[in-house]
Amino acid sequence: MPSAVRCSGLVKRYGDVVAVAGLDLDIAPGECFGLLGPNGAGKTTTIEVLEGLLEPDAGEVQVLGLRWATDGDALRQRLGIHLQESQFDERLSVRETLDLFRSFYAAGHAVDGVLALLGLEGKANTWVSRLSGGQRQRMAIGCSLVGKPDVLFLDEPTTGLDPQARRQVWEIVDRFRGRGGTVLLTTHYMDEAEVLSDRVAVIDNGRVIACGPPRELVSTLGAGHVIAFALDPAAGEPPDFAEGLEALPGVRSARREAGGWSLTASSLHTAMPSLMRLAADGGWSLSSLTTRTATLEDVFVSLTGRHLRDG
Amino acid sequence: MADARRSRHPVVELTLARFRILIREPEAFFWAFVFPILMTVALGIAFRAAPAGIVPVAVVQGAHAAHLVAVLEREPSVDAFTIGRAEVYITLRDGRAHLVVEPGTPPVYRYDPTRPENRLARLLADGALQRAAGRSDLWAARDEPVATPGGRYVDWLVPGLLGMNIMSTGMWGIGFSVVMQRSRKLLKRLVATPMRRSHYLIALVAARLAFLVLEVGVLVVFARFFFGVPVEGSLGALAAVSVLGAMAFGGISLLTASRARTAEGVSGIMNVVQAPMWICSGVFFATSNFPDAVQPIIQALPLTALIDALRGVMLNGDTLAVLRGELGLLGGWTAASFAVALRIFSWR
Ligand SMILES: Nc1ncnc2c1ncn2[C@@H]1O[C@H](COP(=O)(O)OP(=O)(O)OP(=O)(O)O)[C@@H](O)[C@H]1O
Ligand SMILES: [Mg+2]
Repeated sequence: MPSAVRCSGLVKRYGDVVAVAGLDLDIAPGECFGLLGPNGAGKTTTIEVLEGLLEPDAGEVQVLGLRWATDGDALRQRLGIHLQESQFDERLSVRETLDLFRSFYAAGHAVDGVLALLGLEGKANTWVSRLSGGQRQRMAIGCSLVGKPDVLFLDEPTTGLDPQARRQVWEIVDRFRGRGGTVLLTTHYMDEAEVLSDRVAVIDNGRVIACGPPRELVSTLGAGHVIAFALDPAAGEPPDFAEGLEALPGVRSARREAGGWSLTASSLHTAMPSLMRLAADGGWSLSSLTTRTATLEDVFVSLTGRHLRDG
Repeated sequence: MADARRSRHPVVELTLARFRILIREPEAFFWAFVFPILMTVALGIAFRAAPAGIVPVAVVQGAHAAHLVAVLEREPSVDAFTIGRAEVYITLRDGRAHLVVEPGTPPVYRYDPTRPENRLARLLADGALQRAAGRSDLWAARDEPVATPGGRYVDWLVPGLLGMNIMSTGMWGIGFSVVMQRSRKLLKRLVATPMRRSHYLIALVAARLAFLVLEVGVLVVFARFFFGVPVEGSLGALAAVSVLGAMAFGGISLLTASRARTAEGVSGIMNVVQAPMWICSGVFFATSNFPDAVQPIIQALPLTALIDALRGVMLNGDTLAVLRGELGLLGGWTAASFAVALRIFSWR
């Protein structure tokens, strides 16, 4: 089956800054693909090149088998695009805004149906200026759905939203996928990438540093768990502590973090007792201890030594 | 969820959206409708023809002051009173008296000859005092009062305000809102849809013209009913002049907005563009007040041409053929500004 979105060797520079440094993607029809990366990784630049809004300095782009240079008009009819920063006119109502966007497309959905899909029937006649952040975001996504797109591009669809509003956006994306739509989304929320995406590409400094289904990426860590703890600062820290920790059975790696230590472990039931024994033998005391399941965030940390939110 | 209802044409939707934004903006409403009416009322009342002019004349206190006041009071339009010697300058400056008479033989007149009302006061007072001193008039001419409609300041002012309004609404309504859409990345969002750029621009103009109908209509009707300001020429000519003026300023406004990225940036440019025309183009006082050397520049300004043409239609009843010079100039501004604006316009 041909790809829905494909690019190879993509490069985009802004003066001296190389925003995208040779990037390849291949997204299948019906797939939901996530671009995950910290601030400035090049997510927006990549997606805007794919959307035809930016000219790449090098590389090939094909969307739905078409090229921007020759088939721009036909392509725009088939894509739904949500930009990271667009703000809509404050003094138009939700319905007026959707009607406006609907009019640009030769074929599309009835605006009433889209309002229902967005859960904004009750706000149809409300001005944009009177919507909550989550409602605005849903309307913005609605504007990219009225044209009945085959591919939906979402650049940070839930940044700045509270958990409930984020879940409402996820539902809209799910329903779009339920009808066979292809989605490319960017996010720096690992949970969002995990929940929505069939596959994710982890991006750093304009390059793909890992790509695959979220679970597979996490399993490449070889360690499904993370143990975080802090020592009582009064006690001081033994020399060669990191080596000591990494030598513990069941522990794969140890890293110093702000305010403590973080261990990745393949099995909790061997790592935890050995950690406790080490503490007892060394005579140091723990001021905190938590364990959790490893996530894409840990994949990013193990690949780059940085957190997604460090920027 | 298939679309049963056919959606409207994008130009219609874009025009509607823009028109709604314009009329829903309270500031735009104030500047386009309320402000010109307030100006008309304020200036129309302040500069209404003085009721058969009572001319205040002051006499400096002294030996014959009371006699002089009595003589001056005999002149029907003169109101005479005495003041202290120290008050002469202030009285004249504040306009409490248009002339100060110092008793003596002959008396001394103190007044500011650059003020027409002061010169009038001198003529009246001098006549009255000379007659009292024994001069006799050779005849008493017969006065025949003539009313000259369209000759009051308010008649002259309203076309000026109309022109100024067409300029500023055009500048703000088009330029400012385009830059807002650009800075809020809405323009970029629109360009990401299949929207045709020409549709966007046509809608800008269409919404502007729809707003123009209201804007011109309200002021002309108000001025007609409350101040009797005439429209001597045809309404068709008034409409044609207004539309051409709106187009010229629409183009200039699009030009100022074609690259600006921030609201502050474009406000600055628009003020710089408009300020010389507010002052020089004859909104509040005639362009002939400026020296001959700068007249070629003033006459080339689009607002000068627009206001001259509006006054021609409203006050003189001129036809479009008579106004071809002004209309040609406005057409030139329209064509040139749109040509450059479209060439350099940034869609992102
Ligand atoms: N218009 C521009 N001019 C100059 N540099 C730019 C421009 N846009 C982006 N950059 C730079 O390109 C790099 C990638 O930016 P991009 O916006 O693609 O990042 P991002 O992954 O979307 O980040 P975020 O999560 O903050 O949205 C950054 O270093 C940024 O500073
Ligand atoms: Mg971004």
